[in-house]
Amino acid sequence: MSHGQLRGANSAPSQRSLADTRAPDEGDGVDTSPDISDSIAKTTCYMCACRCGIDVHIKDGKVRYINGNKDHPVNRGVLCGKGSAGIMQHYSPARLKKPLLRTGPRGSGEFREIEWEEAFSIATERLSKIRRTDPKKLAFFTGRDQSQSLTGWWASQFGTPNFAAHGGFCSVNMAAGGLYTIGGSFWEFGEPDWDNTRYFMLFGVAEDHDSNPIKIGLGKLKARGAKVVSINPCRTGYNAIADDWIGIRPGTDGLFVFALIHELLKAGRVDLDYLLRYTNAHVLVIQEPNAADDGLFARDSGGNPMAWDRVAKVPVSATNSDAKPALTGNFELDGRRCVPVFQLIADRYLQESYSPDAVAERCGVAADTIRRIAAELAHVAFEQAIELPIAWTDWAGRRHETIKGRPVSMHAMRGISAHSNGFHSCRAIHLLQVLLGTVDVPGGFRFKPPYPRSAPPGPKPAGKDVRPMTPLEGMPLGFVCGPDDLLVDDVGTPIRIDKAYSWDAPLAAHGLMHTVIRNAWAGDPYRIDTLMMYMSNMAWNSSMNTVETMAMLTDSDEAGNYKIPFIIYSDAYYSETVPFADLVLPDTTYLERHDCISLLDRPISHADGPGDAIRHPVVEPDRDVRPFQTVLIELGARLGLPGFVDDDGSAKYRDYADYIVNHERTPGVGPLAGWRGKDGTSTGKGEANPDQLQRYIDNGGFWHHDFADDQRYYKMANRSYLDFAENMGFIPKAEPIVFQLYSEPIQRFRLAARGHGRVLPPEAERSRIETYMDPLPFWYTPFEEAAVDLEKYPLHALTQRPMHMYHSWGSQNAWLRQITSQNRLFVHNRTAAGLGLVDDDWVWIESINGKVKGQIKLVDGVNADTVWTWNAIGKRRGSWGLKDDAAESNRGFLLNHIIGDQTSADANGKRYSNSDPVTGQAAWFDLRVRIVKCAAEEAGFTEPQFERFRQPPHFEPSPDKLSFGAEFRREREAARP
Amino acid sequence: MTCLPAHTDKKLGLVIDLDTCVGCQACVTACKEWNTGGHMAPLTDIDPYGGDADGVWFNRVHSYEHITEMGGRTVNFPRSCLHCETPACVTVCPTGASYKRASDGIVLVDEDKCIGCKLCSWACPYGAREFDTDVGVMKKCTLCVDRIYNDNLAEEDRVPACVAACPTSARHFGDLGDPASAISQLVAERGGVDLMPELGYHPTNKYLPPRANTTRAASVPAPALEPVRAEGGFLGWVDRMLSN
Amino acid sequence: MHPAFSVVFFTTATGAGYGLLALLGVLAGLGFVPPDFWLGAIGMGLALGLISAGLLSSAGHLGRPERAWRAFSQWRSSWLSREGVASVATFVPAGLFAIGWVVLGRTEGWVAVAGVLAAVGAVATVCTTGMIYASLKPIAQWHSRFTLPGYLIFSAMSGSVLLNALLHGFAIGSTVLLAGCMLLTLLGWGWKVATWRYNDRLEIPTNANTATGLAGGTVRSLEWPHTEENYLLKEMGFRVARKHKARLRQITQVLAFASPVLLLVAVLALPWPYAAVLSTLAATVQFAGMLVERWLFFAEAKHTVTLYYGR
Repeated sequence: MSHGQLRGANSAPSQRSLADTRAPDEGDGVDTSPDISDSIAKTTCYMCACRCGIDVHIKDGKVRYINGNKDHPVNRGVLCGKGSAGIMQHYSPARLKKPLLRTGPRGSGEFREIEWEEAFSIATERLSKIRRTDPKKLAFFTGRDQSQSLTGWWASQFGTPNFAAHGGFCSVNMAAGGLYTIGGSFWEFGEPDWDNTRYFMLFGVAEDHDSNPIKIGLGKLKARGAKVVSINPCRTGYNAIADDWIGIRPGTDGLFVFALIHELLKAGRVDLDYLLRYTNAHVLVIQEPNAADDGLFARDSGGNPMAWDRVAKVPVSATNSDAKPALTGNFELDGRRCVPVFQLIADRYLQESYSPDAVAERCGVAADTIRRIAAELAHVAFEQAIELPIAWTDWAGRRHETIKGRPVSMHAMRGISAHSNGFHSCRAIHLLQVLLGTVDVPGGFRFKPPYPRSAPPGPKPAGKDVRPMTPLEGMPLGFVCGPDDLLVDDVGTPIRIDKAYSWDAPLAAHGLMHTVIRNAWAGDPYRIDTLMMYMSNMAWNSSMNTVETMAMLTDSDEAGNYKIPFIIYSDAYYSETVPFADLVLPDTTYLERHDCISLLDRPISHADGPGDAIRHPVVEPDRDVRPFQTVLIELGARLGLPGFVDDDGSAKYRDYADYIVNHERTPGVGPLAGWRGKDGTSTGKGEANPDQLQRYIDNGGFWHHDFADDQRYYKMANRSYLDFAENMGFIPKAEPIVFQLYSEPIQRFRLAARGHGRVLPPEAERSRIETYMDPLPFWYTPFEEAAVDLEKYPLHALTQRPMHMYHSWGSQNAWLRQITSQNRLFVHNRTAAGLGLVDDDWVWIESINGKVKGQIKLVDGVNADTVWTWNAIGKRRGSWGLKDDAAESNRGFLLNHIIGDQTSADANGKRYSNSDPVTGQAAWFDLRVRIVKCAAEEAGFTEPQFERFRQPPHFEPSPDKLSFGAEFRREREAARP
Repeated sequence: MTCLPAHTDKKLGLVIDLDTCVGCQACVTACKEWNTGGHMAPLTDIDPYGGDADGVWFNRVHSYEHITEMGGRTVNFPRSCLHCETPACVTVCPTGASYKRASDGIVLVDEDKCIGCKLCSWACPYGAREFDTDVGVMKKCTLCVDRIYNDNLAEEDRVPACVAACPTSARHFGDLGDPASAISQLVAERGGVDLMPELGYHPTNKYLPPRANTTRAASVPAPALEPVRAEGGFLGWVDRMLSN
Repeated sequence: MHPAFSVVFFTTATGAGYGLLALLGVLAGLGFVPPDFWLGAIGMGLALGLISAGLLSSAGHLGRPERAWRAFSQWRSSWLSREGVASVATFVPAGLFAIGWVVLGRTEGWVAVAGVLAAVGAVATVCTTGMIYASLKPIAQWHSRFTLPGYLIFSAMSGSVLLNALLHGFAIGSTVLLAGCMLLTLLGWGWKVATWRYNDRLEIPTNANTATGLAGGTVRSLEWPHTEENYLLKEMGFRVARKHKARLRQITQVLAFASPVLLLVAVLALPWPYAAVLSTLAATVQFAGMLVERWLFFAEAKHTVTLYYGR
């Protein structure tokens, strides 16, 4: 493992085997050396999004045991609660067995089994008609898909722009907030420098991404005595071990961060040198109100942004490394007033409205606490700065004898993301990091390759021109740089069914999967024919407003036809969404399939080097199921999609494994970066290697490249790293990546709202665009909070998955569900007392969108204005192989039922998706509720209840008893003399 | 033989760091997964998909709120067999099924001798033993006796499954009878404590208390921030800094 | 603690059975009770029947009853093993005594020795039963100086009331025995009330702080490791509602102590067969009352593991 780290993550002397591991002569007949497995297959976990390396021990063709792969860069031998419960996922009784065709009404669960051939011909006939007529009538949305580079490319080859995965529900505020600012992101795209940081700030729920790396990192911080500060309304999980827990009010993190920035600016505790070298702080912004270029950068004739040389007193190219750029002041360029970005920053955040005293009440955090945190940040960043004795050279060729670092790091994820102000809050945190000079420095937050990329990264979303039988000109998802890149028609109507990249959600880099069902149902912006989905529980916990969503899926027009005419769904399990499909394509479990964790998608890189990985079949399926990716490739071939067929029309790829090895996105660049070239000696770019998968298997299922010491930090401006990144194809050219504190692409939208440019928002959208497309981050009240009567709905309501279920299908897992099969609503003791509630009471949780019933648990560790619960514990009866008396469907509840999927109507009567106005990120943390004790006869069971799903053909009732492992022991004992 | 050994050569056990445990349940399922096919296999689950799901587990993680004058704190608390030095669960056993190994101090159940009277579970203050109603015998943590000496595992893997899995490094393993061992030194350094010491079971496993309640609490001696004292305020300061 | 019926019945029945056996062994062996076949057959049948039924019931509580024989091996450390050994060993003198007294109609010599040995065995067995509970440190209500004497007193009490019913059945009731019954019942009553008083005021050093090692302040359970009841909670997490508990204590006092005393007072004044009927009724009512007492003995006992669950 890299840079002197031990192989195993938990290999402290007190965690190693005994010095002498010979069994003592106890004489008690215990077999201390039982045989464990016939073989060990090293593959990649899929119990969540973390993608750890696992060693699967196989005994007699059965999975005996799964443990973490010590060599793997993600988990280095450890494994989380989900990973070790993978056996129960694999052997789940809820696994689908054969393709299904709906026979009863949609949503009933009445199906008949069909052969794969029939399934393919139904799908091919339907889709090929769509492709011949209007490809966008296919909406293809995948869920927790780890093959988006394939699925997105498939959509592109099909010719539909209507593709996304569930990032719009999950992460896009973080992805976009980061990628438009620093060219990287928290999420899985970066990580704190766990070995060097001394002060770690954790914002919001972060138990989702990255699961094990963060846990390993927290362990390191604790072992080193570094300070951990958590900003989270709930004191659970990681927050439990924080030295400081700031129980902030939901949705106010941005404001809190601005107050920190205010304090740091006021005290002159910002890293000016860093700002000058790596950011656009010195770039001149045109200040000519009403001009078409107001707020854009002053550029020279070559299009380069300009700065003001404070010594020479002349404008210079902002990238001129010899210049002495000004950070403050007012300058005139060609008769136009300009100011440096940093002046705008100072002007905004030094305002008293951002002072600790001004924000304290709103944030629920004492002003003194804010001041203390600001002082601590400054102290650690500037008084405890570190230097690694490693020489490196920057992009301009300047040699630095040491690598300087400021050991303050931050991480944020769900808690920031899932608010309607999440994009700007995320940008606020990045701004804070950059002002302190802590991005990609020792002790700070570090990029994982292929990041950083230019902010925003290059490719723009394709789909402007949708034509029959024609692939899109690029991938459906990308990054817009201004209104010209939007996917809207001449009158501003969205081109995509989810309205991504429209005026509703201009920077929707992950699409808006959460709007698809409503939009398709309403025919807004148009009707579709087929909705194809993969691995996403849209009829339950992956949708907001579940009750109405289910109604929309089953609603029909006057003629009795379903408003969403055809639904194809692929899942491995009998989830709540399967019964709503017309055609069900049964997927395999993660131990039965090939996959690639690709640098083209969401890689598993480490800040110390890029990596990718594969899954390969460890056990054979005992059912008539096929991996969805293989099915998609065959479907592509049957449809004759370019890229999926050879010139003679024959299938280009046998299956997904064949695709992984032989597909080239651009010449020499394929899904996997390791062991390329005919002989496997190339890395990154190279010809397809027929032996590539075996090389991965031989290496433990993954490929990882370790950076040289001088490439590990300052990747945004590190010559050696940038050259490497160019060679690998991470970036088009080895040029420095400049952090965009002020975002010019966002300003372009604002200008459009003022009537400048070619593509203009409809009149009704202009003030919304003007307000939210602010080139500098700002804070506003989350939409639901701003719209509802706060007297009536006085509480914030949050939902997070327990760590042992995050991003996994936990509730049908026989082991995990024993840990949590009923969720409680956690209520602060004081709040409960005020409402006359006591522990274990049953309450109605009511929002403007509906009400749901659950049982409360009183706690001390929660913001007093906030209630919260574990998400997706509640299950619908008849799903997941659970029995009718299962706690999940009797006492567990789903908060999604009462989270609206639309905002309240605005002055024009328009209801937007309940999303961030910039990125379209679902705003499910904005929920406001009241809680009311239910009547005595209503206690003890959850509501609403839904009709029980019928079971698919040949579904055996789930067993009354599991004795997993007894067979291994029997066999062992039989073999003993 | 349920009389206790007068002396054990080693005192193998676990140390659990409550300052670091995030309650992720990794040790819980890793334990379940190893042991359901291990020495005491199976760890039967009754009604695994129904309303009365109840399985045998050797390791459970609770969470608590600890509220003192210094404030409140959430504490995740793994609970498993402590392999006590004077375990009454062993001495109450009428059949000799429960025993403490003289070599390493591990407390085990010999299933073939167990009559399922459950008295040992009554005698254990810690709730470490769980009854397998299907097999009719008592089951408990073996300290992975079938891992720590297992020749079929790589040497580095010969640690209890819970320790191997723990992502935050909150679990430690070793000989607590040897004051020079890394684990004993960790206990000494961190002020490890016994659970329910007043009952006199002399648990081998130790718990390291959260540092928030100790002098180890991480703090940053940061002086309060003062506004810059430059002409022109902050912007003046910027200019001055850049001119230097 | 979960009041499993098998264990409640076991301790109640063997307590009464051993009490009766001990009294018969001593009194008959020493000639205070005349040898009479039917009296002996019924008396010894009742004593040994209660003991055997109790032991069988306790075996039913086992997960692997076919291995019960193994329980005789660990008498050096285990009170349960000692109980097994003592109970079986007591059958030997008890059997000899039954042959001598009932079948052969003799009360002297080896029969008397067997009788006294049976009595010693009975007392010893009751002691081991009491010690099983009294030795369990995790259950403070049991690990007290009240438990062992309680078992002995209740055994003597229910045994004597049974013997009184037996003698009255054969119209040879003894006023001395009757007085003894009343005194023992009053003693039992007093002991039980004192035990309850003691337990209600019990302050033990073991609490959620020491259970978790978290010193100072309060420790409150936030989430269990499992949301549904598991073995620990089913076996040791039993809780009886306060109102329910008070009612059951009243029922215990009425059935096990007050009613038998009143009935026995009436017996003093009434001739046969009324005395016999009321004596039998007293024994029956008391046995029912003792079942309730024993149910409460378990139900009110709080195991330290409940501290982990905030119960």
